[in-house]
Amino acid sequence: MRKIFGFHGGIHPPENKQQSLRTPIADAGIPPQLVIPLSQHIGAPARPVVAVGDSVLKGQMIAGPAGFVSVPMHAPTSGNIVAIEDRLIAHPSGHLARCIVIASDGRDEWIEHSGAADYRDLDKADLINRIRNAGIAGMGGAGFPTAVKLSLKPDTRITTLIINGTECEPYITADDILMRERAQQIIEGTKILSQLIAPEETLIGVEDNKPQGLAALRAAAQGCALEIVEFPTKYPSGGEKQLIEILTGKQVPSGGLPLDIGVICQNVGSTVAVYDAVVHGRPLISRITTVTGEGVAQPQNFEVMIGTPMSYLLEKAGYRPDNNKRLIMGGPMMGFTVPTADVPIVKTTNCLLAPSETELPSPPPAQACIRCGMCALACPASLLPQQMFWFAQGKEFEKLEQHNLFDCIECGACSWVCPSNIPLVQYYRASKAEILQSRHDNEKSGHARVRFEARQERLEREDIEKEAKRAARKKAAEERALAAAQGGGEEDPIQAAIERAKAKKAAQQADAGAGEENEQEKLEKAVTTTRKRLDTASAKLEQARADGSDLVAALQTGVDKTRTKLEAAEKALHDYQQEHA
Amino acid sequence: MTLMRITSPHAHGPMSTSRVMQNVLLATIPGIIVLTHFFGFGTLVNIFWGSIVAVACEALALTLRRRPLGFYLKDYSALVTAFLLCIALPPYSPWWLIAVGIASAILLAKHLYGGLGYNPFNPAMAGYVILLISFPIQMTAWAPPRGVGELPGLLEALQACFVPSTFDAVTMATPLDLMKQNNSLLLEDLWAQNAQFGRWAGIGWEWANIAFLAGGAWLLYQRIFTWHAPVAMLASLSLMAALFYDGGSSASGGSPLFHLLSGATMFGAFFIVTDPVTSTVSVRGRLIYGALIGALIYIIRVRGNYPDAVAFAVLIMNFAAPFIDHYTQPRTYGHRDTRGEE
Ligand code: SF4
Ligand code: SF4
Repeated sequence: MRKIFGFHGGIHPPENKQQSLRTPIADAGIPPQLVIPLSQHIGAPARPVVAVGDSVLKGQMIAGPAGFVSVPMHAPTSGNIVAIEDRLIAHPSGHLARCIVIASDGRDEWIEHSGAADYRDLDKADLINRIRNAGIAGMGGAGFPTAVKLSLKPDTRITTLIINGTECEPYITADDILMRERAQQIIEGTKILSQLIAPEETLIGVEDNKPQGLAALRAAAQGCALEIVEFPTKYPSGGEKQLIEILTGKQVPSGGLPLDIGVICQNVGSTVAVYDAVVHGRPLISRITTVTGEGVAQPQNFEVMIGTPMSYLLEKAGYRPDNNKRLIMGGPMMGFTVPTADVPIVKTTNCLLAPSETELPSPPPAQACIRCGMCALACPASLLPQQMFWFAQGKEFEKLEQHNLFDCIECGACSWVCPSNIPLVQYYRASKAEILQSRHDNEKSGHARVRFEARQERLEREDIEKEAKRAARKKAAEERALAAAQGGGEEDPIQAAIERAKAKKAAQQADAGAGEENEQEKLEKAVTTTRKRLDTASAKLEQARADGSDLVAALQTGVDKTRTKLEAAEKALHDYQQEHA
Repeated sequence: MTLMRITSPHAHGPMSTSRVMQNVLLATIPGIIVLTHFFGFGTLVNIFWGSIVAVACEALALTLRRRPLGFYLKDYSALVTAFLLCIALPPYSPWWLIAVGIASAILLAKHLYGGLGYNPFNPAMAGYVILLISFPIQMTAWAPPRGVGELPGLLEALQACFVPSTFDAVTMATPLDLMKQNNSLLLEDLWAQNAQFGRWAGIGWEWANIAFLAGGAWLLYQRIFTWHAPVAMLASLSLMAALFYDGGSSASGGSPLFHLLSGATMFGAFFIVTDPVTSTVSVRGRLIYGALIGALIYIIRVRGNYPDAVAFAVLIMNFAAPFIDHYTQPRTYGHRDTRGEE
């Protein structure tokens, strides 16, 4: 037996999987219209290669990949292209996105296609090409292009290939039923992947709440060089990072990829898609989606064409709209609500959950955080959710990042256990978005912050230097004001360092009593330049205020400092004039 | 039809703050029964009157702070404070003492800091210490246990509370007092000469401690809190007692068992140290927090000027909790080092 490692935290929410497992996978059929978003994956949206009015065959490519990290789209059935336009899609933000709309002709006529006679004869490049051309993107949720994940540099060594059959989210049974009914295809797909990336070991990880799926896999895997690993059910063991820890005891470094520790993960759904692509030459045009919840009369799994409107699929399962107020794509822990049932099923739609109000009640108002720490006990990332909540409320973004906000996988375990019903994940999501937005803004404004910090630091250092020399001769003090004024500017840090060196040299020379002749001139120049800088800085401040930029505070300090500097320079000039009058 | 848009997670676990508080209240019942059995109705009257004052104070504070009354009263936190403080107070305390204590706990220690969740100090213990400092005589007047002195009846208990001038209180030194004041007797003789001592510690006290331990164990079983802080506290208290026990000479501070079953040890371990709001959050932090409280309790019991030490020890460590938290942050997944040492 293989050693099973645990992971920190986790919860045991009611599974609610039985409802949708009572019947085998049903065919959802051909909807009259299919809406295929050009972006169903991470990366660049695909580019249409058809035009309105074209007729297409089932499996025909209708949009090509736009770059390396992108996937093509194919027609799920035969019909006519009736529109290429922006449509509402299933996305947390509920936004519009470009879609290709196909009116199906009901004939479901395939384009000519063929698979490899024996995939063992194919080389790596050929295999990857087939996977890429089939438009496969991670079907477990994120939708990362599979071909990209599998394109390894020649010297990369993979120790472990993990096929993820965990499906830890409550309600969802798409992978479970796939294992029960298509174990052979999963195993064949796994072998293909294994041949492609040549790992030292190949594991299929499955939670122990899927005994039938496990049995089917074990039967299909007889005599294969792969191991089917069963481990205790706990949410979120299907999270990629958690699964890797369970099976290997290793953790993916923060901000890194599984690849960094020699691991590649694939979901069982994607594995079957790889099998279909390589063995049958079939692109990814349909998937298994669980339709469940008390809002449907017959919860079950469907084989459904990509682009099928959710409303069509719900009808197939006996939708009861009066019993359903919210429609969730995905599971109850990490899924998101869709704005209407008219959005299409995409490659990552593993579940359509239509709960009744009694089943998943609307969240009650949050009570105070009593710091009970249950959230921290439940957090699979070993974060301190209550502290992050505190900082998120106060918008203390720096503290949030120190508390590793970005290692939060948004699994929802903390919110689930929180006795005070605080929507913790909501706070983290909002904070992440805000931090990313401000990072983005900063980059846009030409790395203003970096420049500003460099400048701020320099000004401070100059202040210190000044302090140290205050006891020196009066003339030297005048020189320093001059030097400091010359050292300023909006240049980059390197330039600043050079300037600083120059200023220092100038100050030293001044200390040594050199350059007395044009003293007056220098001081005058110092006053002018500093005044100019003050003007520029003030203008920038105004601009920032108008834009509502978060640099206002920093700019304000800058302006104040420059103003002080100007006063010093003016005073120095004045003193000099007095002395030499 | 418009669909509801809310963000994940959409499911929620069975635990609620009100339930946590209700469970804490329930878990005090065995201890209250034992206290009542051995010391009479005093504690019950304390709790009865204290709860009324607590709810009134909470309502007042919420009204002043313009918070919805019903919603916040439902969290039961005011009742928990009342129960905890009233259990700690001597039975047969006068009404004003209880009222001052509860008002300090709820108005000062809790709402002045921003209400439930924001209070750095355990309200019940803060109220207790304020009383102890202001009214040391009343606060150290503990009744003799059943079998040693006469137990007042229910009517007398009510009289003691509401018309204290007409009640003639009988009080007696507690076993902890006797232990502290002892400097000439072997423990064996101390036991023999004072009727208050029972088998392991004081009569009544030992069973009260066992009852609070039972209540605490039940809460632990309900996963209301984790074992770390209470176990660490009891372990360090026992360790300190064992170190200075010296077999029972006149200089002995008492056996570990004596300390475990005396005063507010178990009550403190399971009902005060586990107060989530004012303790530490990480597992390591809770071990440290509990252990330090245990050590402090021993030191204050044996060396300090006050009879019991739980309240002081807890308040001191409430103060230290944020610092402990800062240095015991867990290691995040995928990070090599713990945080908190930036
Ligand atoms: S679970 Fe909720 S109440 Fe408890 S500490 Fe976490 S955020 Fe606070
Ligand atoms: S949502 Fe984030 S903070 Fe909450 S339990 Fe999951 S990983 Fe931890």
